[in-house]
Amino acid sequence: MTREQLRKAEGFAALLLSTLAAFLGLFWLVFILGDVLVHGIKALNLSLFVNDPVPPGVEGGGLRNAFVGQLLITVGATLMGVPVGVLGGTFLAEYARGRKIARFISILADIMVSVPSIVIGTFIYASLVKPIGHFNGWAGAIALSIIMIPVVLRTTEDMLSLVPWTLREAAFALGAPYYQVITKVVYRGAATGILTGILLSIARVAGETAPLLFTSFNNSFFSVNMGQPIASLTVTIFQYAMGPYENWHEQAWAAAFVITIFILLLTITGRIIIKWRYK
Amino acid sequence: MATTSKKNPVDTIFSFVTGAASFTVIVLIIAILYELVHESAPAIARFGIWKFLSSTDWNPVKESFGALTNIYGTILTTVLSLLMAIPVAIGIAVFVTEISPNFLKGPIGVAIELLAAIPSIIYGMWGLFTLSPIMSGYVEPFLKAIFEDVPVVGILFQGTPMGIDILTASIILSIMIIPFTASISRDSFNLTPAVVKESAYALGTTRWEVVRDIVIPYSKLGVFGGVVLSLGRALGETMAVAFVLGNNHRITTSLFDAAATITVTLANEFAEADNDIYLSSLFYLALVLFVMSFITLAIAKFFLLKAERKYSR
Repeated sequence: MTREQLRKAEGFAALLLSTLAAFLGLFWLVFILGDVLVHGIKALNLSLFVNDPVPPGVEGGGLRNAFVGQLLITVGATLMGVPVGVLGGTFLAEYARGRKIARFISILADIMVSVPSIVIGTFIYASLVKPIGHFNGWAGAIALSIIMIPVVLRTTEDMLSLVPWTLREAAFALGAPYYQVITKVVYRGAATGILTGILLSIARVAGETAPLLFTSFNNSFFSVNMGQPIASLTVTIFQYAMGPYENWHEQAWAAAFVITIFILLLTITGRIIIKWRYK
Repeated sequence: MATTSKKNPVDTIFSFVTGAASFTVIVLIIAILYELVHESAPAIARFGIWKFLSSTDWNPVKESFGALTNIYGTILTTVLSLLMAIPVAIGIAVFVTEISPNFLKGPIGVAIELLAAIPSIIYGMWGLFTLSPIMSGYVEPFLKAIFEDVPVVGILFQGTPMGIDILTASIILSIMIIPFTASISRDSFNLTPAVVKESAYALGTTRWEVVRDIVIPYSKLGVFGGVVLSLGRALGETMAVAFVLGNNHRITTSLFDAAATITVTLANEFAEADNDIYLSSLFYLALVLFVMSFITLAIAKFFLLKAERKYSR
């Protein structure tokens, strides 16, 4: 082989390998999603949503308690995490713009985003479960809100930074104080982006399991009392999938199906909004 | 540059409220560190630092605890998963930036993002019910047949392939971290100035030579940052490995052995710890994990910032 042919062959092999890598990624996605869809649809039925769990061995039963519990915990986390995140991001992008402290907090928040969520679970156990004496739903919601805060904060900061500075100057020139400039001009310009960030952060925490294991724990009975242990879909999936009963496994697949579809829909909606707004 | 007029009282209040909200990040990190140190104090007093980190004991009955088996499992699964994920992730980045026709770029990008959005518990459950039987039924016996009698390498393939082991857990972990590495690598690759690449093409280089000699050297800081970020993520991943790693507190050498990571031990034992020193030791483990991942993530952030500065110049 001549040198030229060798170079061509090497190039061909390398590019072929990276094409294969891309298809391997696709393959895993299709494999995992397909598996969840096939198993999930088979196990899906109405009683899953309207009935509470029955003792193992008894036919029927559902996961109404887990759906409701999951909803309460996620909504609670959103109500606590989003305001703190949005306001914090506002400070970094507006009042502290360009200052060292803004940069420092921004870097810390980036690190916080990837801190193991199970560590946050142990932290909440130490500060909100042990002193109270029992697992409770609020602890779970707060654990999830701690995961949300840095995500929302960073997105808000980025989105506010995208709003042109001249827009603010125009508002200043009209004599508006800074807080009015922020709430009436900057927030409007960045609303879509911030909303998308919130959607994606909800998608992120809705699938979290580890921080709930020893905060909200689990509850086999229907409960809307956030002061007591409360069921969640993810912890139920963990318990049911690891359990020995066949109908537990089926219900775990059904729950996995519902939660995956929910998260993927949120993620795709978020992406579509970003594409449509910031192309 | 922001100039805050302090004359308006509402403005002062608003700046304080937003400031307080942003400081929650600092407060939370300090609070986490404080609580973990506070709760693990009894275990730190009893086992010390070096002794705890180097002891392979994990015996709730005798109340003797050491972290080494957990740290070993954590590092082993993380390193194995990185070894499997990095080539694939970089391959994906090369495909998306250099090879793919435009109509495929979008869908593959979306697919990679969806892979990142799937919650870890789904990975874990899929691993337990679908991947693990495939591993124990086909893949692992096949690997065993080939490598068992090879000197040195054979150590990795001893024992009965059960599917609930280090290899299966590492594969799941690698699938989970591919998206992180791939998307950061892709973004770094995209920052290579087109002029530089075009000059190389003008000299008659092949497409692969441009990637190898221009794009990768140019973006290595960013790619490295992405790899370290994935490392930090893999260290703390819990649910994806909790299903398929067993919970075996021993130092094992075979890929077909069950093991324990810090996260898996916490997930399995935290709610059941029945005495104070046991619980305290678990907090100690959480503290070790927090410090490990925080340092790793800080290093990743350092390299990513350095890369950002280099490219914006």
